[in-house]
Amino acid sequence: MTKLPTNWTGRDDAMVEHMIRRGASRRELLKMLMASGVAAAAGGSVLLRASTALAATPVMGGSMRAAGWSSSTADTLDPAKASLSTDYVRCCSFYSRLTFLDEAGLVQMELADTIETDDAQTWQVRLKPGVLFHDGKTLNAEDVVYSLKRHLDEGVGSKANSLAKQMTEISKVDDLTVKIVLESPNADLPTILSLHHFMIIADGTTDFRTANGTGAFVCEVFEPGVRSVAVRNPNYFKGQGPYLDSFEFIAIPDNNARVNALLSGDIQLAAAINPRSMRMLEGQPSVQASVTTAGNYTNLNIRLDMEPGARADFVEGMKYLVNREAIQQSVLRGLAEIGNDQPVPPANRYHNPNLAPRAYDPEKARFHFEKSGLLGTEIPMVASEAAGSSIDMAMVVQQAGAEVGMNLKVERVPSDGYWSNYWLQSPVHFGNINPRPTPDILFSLLYASDAPWNESHYKSERFDQMMVEARGSLDEEKRTAIYWEMQEMVANEAGTIIPTYISNVDGISSRLHGLRPNPLGGMMGYAFAEHVWMDA
Amino acid sequence: MPRSLLPWLLVLQRLGIALLTLVIVSFAVFFATELLPGDVAQILLGQAATPEAVAGLREAMGLNEPALQRFLGWLIGMVVGGDMGTSYVNQMEVAELVSGRLGNSLRLAGVTTLVSVPIALALGIGAAMWRGSIFDRAVSVLTISVISVPEFMVATLAVLIFAVWLGWLPALSYGANVDSITAMLKAYAMPVITLSFVVSAQMIRMTRAAVIDTINTPYVEMALLKGASRSRMVLRHALPNALGPIANAVALSLSYLVGGVIIVETIFNYPGVAKLMVDAVSTRDLPLIQSCAMIFCVSYLALITIADMVAILSNPRLRK
Repeated sequence: MTKLPTNWTGRDDAMVEHMIRRGASRRELLKMLMASGVAAAAGGSVLLRASTALAATPVMGGSMRAAGWSSSTADTLDPAKASLSTDYVRCCSFYSRLTFLDEAGLVQMELADTIETDDAQTWQVRLKPGVLFHDGKTLNAEDVVYSLKRHLDEGVGSKANSLAKQMTEISKVDDLTVKIVLESPNADLPTILSLHHFMIIADGTTDFRTANGTGAFVCEVFEPGVRSVAVRNPNYFKGQGPYLDSFEFIAIPDNNARVNALLSGDIQLAAAINPRSMRMLEGQPSVQASVTTAGNYTNLNIRLDMEPGARADFVEGMKYLVNREAIQQSVLRGLAEIGNDQPVPPANRYHNPNLAPRAYDPEKARFHFEKSGLLGTEIPMVASEAAGSSIDMAMVVQQAGAEVGMNLKVERVPSDGYWSNYWLQSPVHFGNINPRPTPDILFSLLYASDAPWNESHYKSERFDQMMVEARGSLDEEKRTAIYWEMQEMVANEAGTIIPTYISNVDGISSRLHGLRPNPLGGMMGYAFAEHVWMDA
Repeated sequence: MPRSLLPWLLVLQRLGIALLTLVIVSFAVFFATELLPGDVAQILLGQAATPEAVAGLREAMGLNEPALQRFLGWLIGMVVGGDMGTSYVNQMEVAELVSGRLGNSLRLAGVTTLVSVPIALALGIGAAMWRGSIFDRAVSVLTISVISVPEFMVATLAVLIFAVWLGWLPALSYGANVDSITAMLKAYAMPVITLSFVVSAQMIRMTRAAVIDTINTPYVEMALLKGASRSRMVLRHALPNALGPIANAVALSLSYLVGGVIIVETIFNYPGVAKLMVDAVSTRDLPLIQSCAMIFCVSYLALITIADMVAILSNPRLRK
């Protein structure tokens, strides 16, 4: 018999399942459960329940309908222009990439057979032979050269232009080999090639009214802003999958309407549902939640180059004042993992597990505030709906501040224009960062001295040097050691407080199986279609 | 000039004014769009919008000409050849983008009209005939409460009850997959009910007021004094004179059905033109914005013009 605490819910089941999939050991899980008040015996049965949910054999056939949360006439089948989950889902089902990231965040080969380098600067990509496009053409090096070079052409409007710029030479060696030369060594190239924008299209493609790819599904209908219908690709090169005969993708922007459609059985997957809607799913046998913590976070930024952040004690005090457990439990209703003030999430293979999150300690906070001489001064914190959950988080911090005599004021501003007028500008403000697959991308975007989005205006020469060193190194152990140290530096020196990594929750029908979390985002990194199957 | 031509002359004059209105609206929409921050290249690039990338994309999309020049080009193409242009965002013909969704919108509007207009007229006239009765009060209270409840509330409640709890109807309505009469009835049931709630309430109240107005005139009182029955008095003597205002109320309510149903389109995931217009504005897609605005304007003007024509032609003083 399962003995669970009375307040145990489906949400907790989903969290446990998520941890197991991420590779947490039984010991770690039990520790986590004990911490939240579950007796050891009951903890064991929870684990058993979650693990049986994972094992099953795929069933062929059937069709499903999935709903994302945004869709417009700007929907595109051009992977370079893909900008939203809706585009990613479609691109993943119609096209393939050279590589992809698996659940553990490790690079796996997709269209590429091997990717080799000696110096992390000159790369040889060998393609799998005999891969067919939907129109019958065989994949060769020209297709890859064309697909990658497009990103450099500004007329294409590629979203990955800044990442692609480091590829100074992309050329065909023979029919199945491509040479890529980088501006400077970057060992992350295989991971970068797994991004959705670097899907491979046929040489010379300019018309994207339909998709001609090598993916698991063939595009049958594509109406931007309305829907797409995909049917199984009989010639799919992977040999296994897809299991569905067809799948339809639509978008329902309204959260309640999306959940209702899932509950009524009109759709089998509702992406990114609001944690507040979880109550509607609980107690419904026909639906369940699939939780992914990919690394999206809402953070509190204190600019170090101006008052009050220029006083180190103020920043230190704030780090102790943020009650991470309260934010996780009450603001995000348990659907989050505690963060340790640095941007590399636990799902990433370079995450530093030894770096413990700062514990909530009002006494220490008060000590530091007093030392900074700011105790009692009114300090505004800018929050907005634009940065998800930031208003609620600000309230938690404000409350804690009031208890130690720190006068923090929540300044709520409109979403419209938040990113250009307040984010990166205000002395103390909230931000929201989407997951990125490598520490290098995160650090060069957010923490390098010349980073375009340096939220706290953190500057450290040593940090910059370490970043370049790790980027060019092919020695995994050395890279890991450097990245671990950089995470410590960010956590202790930068002014960005990252209290939690927010989980993404997809609502799925109980008839749908095979969905597993992926570090590239919800819905299995948007690539669920080829992996899932429906009960007959 | 023969007197019998006068009403037609008035109708012709209305059509001329309607055309002029279209051109003025088109300019107004253009200038309003120009006030919005950002252009299509910046919006499409989003976070990746570096100045070079934006300039490159603008060049490639042919957006380097001044906006006014592009707009005038579009307007001339529209007036001369009826060419709606090409969408900036996805390079599809605007006509192609619009046609399917306009069909959906018109179908939804048509079904809603067929359901709501007869009901609204019957209830409104009934309430006027038996003014002060229990029936009249019930109708009044009901319409007031329906006007006060926002449509997203009606729609969401309807979905919760009929789709989630009872499981009778689908939660989503597609324009596409209605292959049988039952499927179609099911798909349209909830959006049509929701929209009927919104549009009927106004029509009922306006009809009631217009009929009561004419009932209060001396000549209808005269009919009553001469011994006409209550229903003959209302239907034969009062109603024809109330037709003008009623037609206008109906037209106003119905014009809402083409462009104003964004909430219903969103909640039931119904691909109509209202959502298309919102998409167009959020991506600053000028040809699509203009084309949608023209469609809304034409449908509005058409309805109002028809209502005016009904008013003119039903006016006994002009009919003779």
